[in-house]
Amino acid sequence: MAKDKTKSKETKSFFGVFLEELTSGSLLIPILAIISGLILGGLIVAITTEDVYTTWSRSPIEAIGLGVNAALKSYAALFNGSIGNPGRIISALQSGEAAELNRAFNPILESLTKSVPYIFAGLAVALGFRAGLFNIGAEGQLFMGAIFAVWIGFALKGLPTIIHLPLALGAGALGGAIWGFIPGFLKAKTGGHEVINTIMMNYIAFRLSEYLLRGPLQRPDTSNPISPFIEESAKLPRFFGSPIRFHLGFFVALLVAYGVYWLLFKTKWGFELRTVGINPRAARYAGMNIVSVTVIAMSLSGALAGLAGANEVLGLNYTLAPAFSSGFGFDSIALALIGKSHPVGVVLAALLFGTLRNGAIQMQIAANVPIDIISVMQALILAFIAAPAIIRTIYRLRAPDEEESIVLIRGWGG
Amino acid sequence: MSRKLYSLGALLIVGSLLLAACGGSSAGEGTLVCQVTDTGGIDDASFNQTAWNGVEQAIANLGIEGQFLESQEQADYETNINAFIDQGCDLIITVGFLLGDATAAAAVANPDQTFGIIDVNYLDFSNVTGHDFATDQAAFLAGYIAAETTQTGIVGTFGGINIPPVTVFMDGFWYGVQYYNNENGTDVQVLGWDPAAQDGLFTGNFDSLDDGRAFAESLMDEGADIIMPVAGPVGLGSAAAVQERGNAWLIGVDSDWTKSAPEYADIVLTSVLKNMDETVYQQIENVIAGTPSGALIVGNLENGGVGIAGDFDVQSLIDGIVAGTIQTAP
Repeated sequence: MAKDKTKSKETKSFFGVFLEELTSGSLLIPILAIISGLILGGLIVAITTEDVYTTWSRSPIEAIGLGVNAALKSYAALFNGSIGNPGRIISALQSGEAAELNRAFNPILESLTKSVPYIFAGLAVALGFRAGLFNIGAEGQLFMGAIFAVWIGFALKGLPTIIHLPLALGAGALGGAIWGFIPGFLKAKTGGHEVINTIMMNYIAFRLSEYLLRGPLQRPDTSNPISPFIEESAKLPRFFGSPIRFHLGFFVALLVAYGVYWLLFKTKWGFELRTVGINPRAARYAGMNIVSVTVIAMSLSGALAGLAGANEVLGLNYTLAPAFSSGFGFDSIALALIGKSHPVGVVLAALLFGTLRNGAIQMQIAANVPIDIISVMQALILAFIAAPAIIRTIYRLRAPDEEESIVLIRGWGG
Repeated sequence: MSRKLYSLGALLIVGSLLLAACGGSSAGEGTLVCQVTDTGGIDDASFNQTAWNGVEQAIANLGIEGQFLESQEQADYETNINAFIDQGCDLIITVGFLLGDATAAAAVANPDQTFGIIDVNYLDFSNVTGHDFATDQAAFLAGYIAAETTQTGIVGTFGGINIPPVTVFMDGFWYGVQYYNNENGTDVQVLGWDPAAQDGLFTGNFDSLDDGRAFAESLMDEGADIIMPVAGPVGLGSAAAVQERGNAWLIGVDSDWTKSAPEYADIVLTSVLKNMDETVYQQIENVIAGTPSGALIVGNLENGGVGIAGDFDVQSLIDGIVAGTIQTAP
């Protein structure tokens, strides 16, 4: 992101930036990339439809029709599964039955719920990018956050929610922060590259969680690697009845996103962090403490990722088991890129990811589209965003006056 | 992905063949059976896939409809089960202990929904049927055959992690060897498992093929010429090691390894089969007939829920085990 642009943002409010991003065209490329990804995704659905091939020899036109039909059907399923079935919502509103209303409004609320870990983990990576640090360890930090949170969640008993829940969330943040601090410290003090060290810390976290689930954290009276349930008082409260899982974590995530925005763009320390990220030598000449900025930035990044793990444990699963994350920490690297390492962009990108993931369920059920197609679609969207020149060429957009300098490049510079 | 697409394609083909033939019984017409996989996915070459085979057989023979949802992470279990409840499934099959908590919660919240859960025997709800397997019975047969076949008089086994679903194989194997010894006055040794202490050789994981290779090599160094690895894909590493030495046999577990790992078919003596498809099929039949399946369906030698692959003359042993006169576990 160009320097003068970031400066102009400092004076604007959170939502001012949001509106400006939407209208000024800096969001144009991501939006066009998403549209292109969806179109190509539809094409893939069409060409993986068996009927298209069986019909092709008889009538190519009919086959194409079948393919288009399959693509439209799967996008209808995606919409119904992630936003809601309009017909069903209307009939639920007319009937006024609580159970029916819950089911009708569940899709959109579930999409929001699914985006929560993406928001936290995306913020973690984005904060690292801003400081010129490439935090690939979000996944491991997320595991540590989940481990700490679940432990505080089930080990402490008899506390009121008002104490227990913040304590458990804080423990999650602390777990992630420790896992971020170590590579941050190694980077600042010894020059050990954070990319390598965060990857290695991931493996330590994965294997540590496996060990703990077989040992100290294992549920009593079972032979399975699964932790005890957390106490009622440590759960992030849900707002509606079954099956809606929408919980307080979503608002916590928005609050934290605002906090990160404020920290980055409204404080002196945030200015130092961004300066170190853009040009560490200049920062040093300006008298900034690069060591402390690097260590604190990595710790904060880890804490944010830790909150993602804590949120899954305290808001959804209430217990820790193997395969607890499908790779939020890795997806969030891409997500931070889509969001241009800006908290507003990260939140929007996280909502997109959550929506796609949630819609994938109905795509499987109603349109028989494998869940992998959704992953392919995400990858296509990412590829388009990462290569803006493609989008500019396809849609004949003017190239920006100034070459866009991507902050993350510094991560490789050491 | 391609494999998933392939399996989907296969499903579509099965469906279209069915339509074309208009054949099969239609007893299950209008019955919807839904399966939620764990994170292994529908094509895991293990219990998710085998359970789905049971649904596919029911689609072909009984005319039911079947659907599956693949879980990518822990938080998906609840969502997927809820999506299927919403879909109006007559039976929801969940696979593995990882789905135990989510299935229990859904069973309480939806008392009218029928569930079946594979490899879990500890859920006690009127609407949940656990699918449990007397694997020791089949492993007993494998142990007996191993004792009969060995040239060195030493056979070996090792497990992934010391948990009952694993050690039940090793118990049965050990008892099968001892039974052969008692009958024939031989002294075939079993390395890697002590049923009295309930301890033995374990890799500590279910995914390191390298461990499988190392464990098999050390067992062969100790003189074992037949090895039964009870550690999922870890055993494929053992198969590679056995194939390289060329003077030993391997016993597969869960599915028939001559089919699931055909590259090692020449060194696979037999496989201890856990036929989840049989118990799934059985529960689907119960659901169609409207009879309750009860708290547990136990797959055993009698109902074909467990068995061994290959052609061996063990009918008298099977009769003894079914009649309860032969002991297969401590």
